[in-house]
Amino acid sequence: MNELNQNLKLNPHLFEVGVEQTPIRKGYGEGLVIAGDTNPHVVALCADLTESTQTLAFSKKYPNRFIEMGIGEQNMAAVASGMSAMGKVPFITSYAMFSPGRNWEQIRTTVCYNDQNVKIAGSHAGVSVGPDGGTHQAIEDIAIMRVIPRMTVIVPCDTIEARKATVAAAQHKGPVYIRLAREKSPIVTTDDTPFTIGKANLLLQPKDPDVLIIVCGVLVYQSVLAARMLMEKGIRASVLNVHTIKPLDAESILAAARTAGRVVTVEEHQALGGLGSAITELLSEQYPVPIRRIGVPDVFGQSGEPNELLTHFGLDAEGITKSVADFVHPH
Amino acid sequence: MAHLHDEKIQFIEEKANAIRQSIITMLVHAGSGHTAGPLGMADIFAYLYFHGLKHDSKNPFWEGRDRVVLSNGHICPVLYASMAHSGYFPLEELETLRKFGSRLQGHPHREWLPGLETSSGPLGSGLSQSVGMALADRIDTGSPSERFFFTLMSDGELECGETWEAVQLGAREKLHNLIAIIDRNYIQIDGYTETIMPLDPLRDKFEAFNWHVIEVGGHSIEDIHDAVEQAKAVFGKPSVLIAYTIPGKGVPEFERKFEWHGKPPSEEEGRRALDELRTLGGKIKSEHE
Repeated sequence: MNELNQNLKLNPHLFEVGVEQTPIRKGYGEGLVIAGDTNPHVVALCADLTESTQTLAFSKKYPNRFIEMGIGEQNMAAVASGMSAMGKVPFITSYAMFSPGRNWEQIRTTVCYNDQNVKIAGSHAGVSVGPDGGTHQAIEDIAIMRVIPRMTVIVPCDTIEARKATVAAAQHKGPVYIRLAREKSPIVTTDDTPFTIGKANLLLQPKDPDVLIIVCGVLVYQSVLAARMLMEKGIRASVLNVHTIKPLDAESILAAARTAGRVVTVEEHQALGGLGSAITELLSEQYPVPIRRIGVPDVFGQSGEPNELLTHFGLDAEGITKSVADFVHPH
Repeated sequence: MAHLHDEKIQFIEEKANAIRQSIITMLVHAGSGHTAGPLGMADIFAYLYFHGLKHDSKNPFWEGRDRVVLSNGHICPVLYASMAHSGYFPLEELETLRKFGSRLQGHPHREWLPGLETSSGPLGSGLSQSVGMALADRIDTGSPSERFFFTLMSDGELECGETWEAVQLGAREKLHNLIAIIDRNYIQIDGYTETIMPLDPLRDKFEAFNWHVIEVGGHSIEDIHDAVEQAKAVFGKPSVLIAYTIPGKGVPEFERKFEWHGKPPSEEEGRRALDELRTLGGKIKSEHE
């Protein structure tokens, strides 16, 4: 039986039909308040999306430390840089399409090159934004953030991990990008699950695995389900939650890849430039094994229900199961 | 408002001249870089570093200092020269401009040189950073403090949308210790600003955005002083100095020509320029004669 790693104290109800579901962005809002409680220098900036990015609770509790930026993401990044220069720890929030989508150069120059301690929370990332359509589905953000020197990139898998990531980002010295999703998604972890920036969690590790699934974000749940479905087909799949895409936990990734001998990466992002590329770069240099990348295949998204879109791109449990099975036993 | 004594004005003018000479020497050594903007802004920088700013070159991280954000990073030779002449680092280091390993990067890099408040080069982001600094200052002190946040910026970067995002926020937040100084020299790389993207009437634009506007001749130390003093006294809104400058000022051969925006003098042109500056256009005898 493919059992969850007991050491990680994951949600014991994960495989139940009525598993609790909460939007990942909610954990960001909670984490931001905790960070604000702990550190009086934490400030929050938001570009006209205070409620939907979950910045509202912080803005009500700390109105003097909240700046409404209006629709001006470029200004927001550079204002945050200036606030950091004066000792603040600014969190800037918008939809990922606009921040870091629209303000990449300000993030690159005024934050990262300038070595300022700014945290960027990009909400509503991925195709699961759904009906809003392709304009609002940020599926390039991991690529454009991880390429910048000094940037840490975190993609939490559920609301609890998002809360921990936000608190950890406030304590981390240097720029951090946290990728958040809009839709409700199953809770995979618990308060007791360990979270350290740069430390991957091996969620499932069957004996003698045939394949290793490396995944981040909302698709962690889908991948765990897929591993169960694969087991029914006689394929033993490990699942590694790489919530930090930069810096990569090379040690855990290499160890798990050695054990499995085959790797599939899964992400709600372009298959180009994101998690799959980062893993491919690492393994091709240090331990080349056959790899398949599952992601959006170099196209834009479109309107639809979130689940419909995940299915369309083969990113739900069934799609992942099919791709992994084809990869392990090609016809 | 306290007026400047004649001796003080003369002292600052001499510093501006020395800064211009350093700019020429640096650019000739570097073999690349921008000439017109730095020469045009030498009087304003000399005024700031030798009178207008609260700062301590021996203690560049002093918390009580005024902040100077250079938004148009490409005119950094005038900033570096002003810093060296006011004691931040040795004058000899100016000749390392743009060389491998130099603290004087082709566009300023904050981490490498104490006294720089930010890294800049890509245009249009400096005012945003100053607004952020002033906002952080207000969170800490409860109201805009006695520290001033100066942004030195070009007229060309008023073409950037981000500049106006920052203008709106600065006004909404009534940051009266925020002072922008625009180098209104009417040139940019491709030609004259009013041909490329008309910016006038600048006064009206800033007033419409609820800023206090002061127009000033950028080569009169006395007028610069009066304008900065007026800006410091304004309450409830940020101030902008539209400083009319002559690009290439001090070297007639370079003056008012947009061709000199982005290139350095050759050795021969540099020699002529230094001679011009040392003799104040032949008014005093050159030491080479």
